[in-house]
Amino acid sequence: MSTFNEEICVPIRSDADIVVARQKGRALAVQLGFSGSDPTVIAAAISEVARNIVNHAKQGEIVLTGVHESSRLGIQVVARDEGPGIANIEQAMQYGYSSGKGMGVGLPGAKWLMDAFDIKSQIGKGTRVTMQKWVR
Amino acid sequence: MHVPILKQGDYLIATIQSVLSDADLLQLRDDLADRVGQFRSRGVIIDVTVLDVIDSFPTRTLRGVAHMLRLRGANTVIVGIQPDVAFAMVQLGLTLEGVGTALDLEEGLAFLNAKTKRAGGVVARTGGTAPSSLSKSPPDARTRRGNRPLQ
Repeated sequence: MSTFNEEICVPIRSDADIVVARQKGRALAVQLGFSGSDPTVIAAAISEVARNIVNHAKQGEIVLTGVHESSRLGIQVVARDEGPGIANIEQAMQYGYSSGKGMGVGLPGAKWLMDAFDIKSQIGKGTRVTMQKWVR
Repeated sequence: MHVPILKQGDYLIATIQSVLSDADLLQLRDDLADRVGQFRSRGVIIDVTVLDVIDSFPTRTLRGVAHMLRLRGANTVIVGIQPDVAFAMVQLGLTLEGVGTALDLEEGLAFLNAKTKRAGGVVARTGGTAPSSLSKSPPDARTRRGNRPLQ
């Protein structure tokens, strides 16, 4: 899998940046050829992972890129922060489990919305969520 | 972005004008709680037509607004959820359980008229017939909630 456009990097420092990140994600998705409800679905996934940064790490960034693998095109969304990290990822990925600030829908919800989802976290170092969706 | 709240008889109508941040949504919640008391409103319509995404936070906030306003004596109906937005909500497993929803402003008004059983609203739809019809809630197809197929 390789990237082919310039990275779009959106710094996330407040809830207003969540809106900026998902709008840029939607625009890139449309540009890449996503249609129907897919741009909205991608925007919703970006919104969830960006909110996760605001709620738990205070600040971080969302990096959006176009990707291709063999003959298919897709979008990659990376959400990274240098926040406190997640002690129990399995628990954090359980639908309905919340550490107190949200509904416990964000991370598992984003996973459902995208085609691929990977989360890595280190206590005291931060969290990195990488997800992809392919043009159908 | 501030959301204007218009008074229309016994109802308040909040039409969201642009994409909202989480903080804007909380402001709308607080504004509505104040205005319902100020104008002694019986119903509130929140028009979310322009919202590009309704993910977990807006869903939780809208649900909270509706339940809070119910405690203040007003019914709330959310109108204008777009097909793609509804699709993403379903995929996220989000529901607006216990909250009235309608297709658009017109349906939202019909929903509130049925809910609050305002004589004017009911008479208008039953053609001003016998008063006994006032006590019945009209089984009008236009007041169905939340069971509309996605387009």
